[in-house]
Amino acid sequence: MASRPPVRGGQRGRSPWHGYVYVLPAFAVYFAFAVLPALHTAYLSLFEWDGVTLGDWVGLGNYAEILRDPVLRRSVFNALVLVVFFSFVPIVLGLLSTGLLARHRRPGMGAYRFLFMLPQVVPLVAVGVTWRWLYGDDGVVNQAFGAVGLDGVTRAWLGDFGVALIAVGLVGTWVLSGLCMMLFLSGVQKVDPSLYEAARIDGAGPVREFVSVTLPHLRGELAVAMTVTTVAALASFDIVYVTTNGGPGEQTTVPGLLVYRLAFSEGKVGLASALAVVLGCLILGIVYLINRLSRPES
Amino acid sequence: MNTVARSERWSGYALLTVIAIAVVIPFLSVFLASLQPAGTPVVGLTWPERWSWDNYGTAWSVAGFSDLIRHSLVIAVGVVPACLVLATSAGYALGTMRLPGSNAVAAFFIAGLTIPVELIVVPLYFDLRSLGLTNSYLGVILVEIALFMPFGVFWMRTHFRSTPVSLVEAARIDGASSATVLVRILLPLARPSLTTLGLLVFMWSWNQFLLVLVLIQDTTKHTAPAGLGFFVGQNSTDIPTLAAGTIIVMLPILILFVVFQRSFIAGLLQGATKG
Repeated sequence: MASRPPVRGGQRGRSPWHGYVYVLPAFAVYFAFAVLPALHTAYLSLFEWDGVTLGDWVGLGNYAEILRDPVLRRSVFNALVLVVFFSFVPIVLGLLSTGLLARHRRPGMGAYRFLFMLPQVVPLVAVGVTWRWLYGDDGVVNQAFGAVGLDGVTRAWLGDFGVALIAVGLVGTWVLSGLCMMLFLSGVQKVDPSLYEAARIDGAGPVREFVSVTLPHLRGELAVAMTVTTVAALASFDIVYVTTNGGPGEQTTVPGLLVYRLAFSEGKVGLASALAVVLGCLILGIVYLINRLSRPES
Repeated sequence: MNTVARSERWSGYALLTVIAIAVVIPFLSVFLASLQPAGTPVVGLTWPERWSWDNYGTAWSVAGFSDLIRHSLVIAVGVVPACLVLATSAGYALGTMRLPGSNAVAAFFIAGLTIPVELIVVPLYFDLRSLGLTNSYLGVILVEIALFMPFGVFWMRTHFRSTPVSLVEAARIDGASSATVLVRILLPLARPSLTTLGLLVFMWSWNQFLLVLVLIQDTTKHTAPAGLGFFVGQNSTDIPTLAAGTIIVMLPILILFVVFQRSFIAGLLQGATKG
């Protein structure tokens, strides 16, 4: 501090805390309308409360209920299945195309970039409504199967017990694949092309080259893609609400949907809060884990 | 280029093209459906025999999409400027000043990036109701500002940290106050970062669904996505009008995306990478 240049005028004698005046408004809004409600959710999760009358303290009873109740357990399981489609498949597709294109000049990427990011910007509700119609009896999906002579497999996809969850998952694949691809393709631009030359001279094939040159350079991007897509899967609400609303049966119920339903239609505010806390902890834990594992050891 | 490399490159482009087509087909399908005569059953991808734009008129006036769009705009107009001002101010202090404990405060903001709407929405409904802020745009605006603040502060802090320290120090030696430094010197340089942040915040606000569904139960006050989600439950058989409504809800954000493509993509990719 002593080495700082002397400051003239109104700054003299100001405490080092003065700068927090600038932070305060943002902090106040963030704290009041995001942090406090999150803590309030944790508090509510300890009560049995219908939202109207006085609540009863039940301690961790609501959490025990989540472990016991098959529908609640099912919703967490479904969310984990969605991770496969929202996260794993898009990342594999992204890595595959990046591996194939990494060492080449890539003209014409502008048009691809525009298209790939398109599902990222439109409302997920509109995406859901669109896919609801694509998956319907008269939708494109059945039309496509019919066109190649597979009339036998056509069905109302979102109403089918066996495939509804997969169908919803593939909507996530559709939304997030482009993002993963663009993340990896822009990440690989930072790789020094001479590394690829060296690898080829050493006799490395495409697979070897991908594993030893491309992949290590994408470590950061990979962590980002995993974080963003996993959170999208676990906290999914919009797409599921519009396409299936959890059905058929509870085949596509996800925690977000149950939080909404339990708190606002079934009058189980405490249970809804407990599920929200479980969801929040699951997300926080996974994000922490991904970022912990992806940090280069130095 | 040898044959292995060439086939590798072609298969790479082939994969990209297949995925690009898969991205386009749903959009095309909805667009074509929106041009079919109202009330008719529509099958998959069918080129309309007659281009009928009437569905847009129906969706706009009869199905009430003009009101929905207006409500969404009211919220976005409240959220975007407030987010920019608060995030710039906090990002400036956390990025350029030597504040005791500023790293901890920044980390506290960044931790908020993981808060899903589900985690806060239940008590928010009851708390805001007791303040008379449910069925009110002000309630939604305040919560959205809070939700977007972690990213906003993080984004502007990253921006201000990358501006040369000498610029600030020189001005301070000339006697400029910290406010003058921000407004006169740093803000003009921050325009690209602010544009990107503004676009992202507008997009998140426009697309927000669960929060609006809970905080605004009066369907006549719904926003565009909430209205669309409600409409699909009521009129799932009238595909042409539904399709037109879907296009109307997507259109504002699509126009922004076409015009500000670079800012959008930079924000979505860098914003994610730096987080």
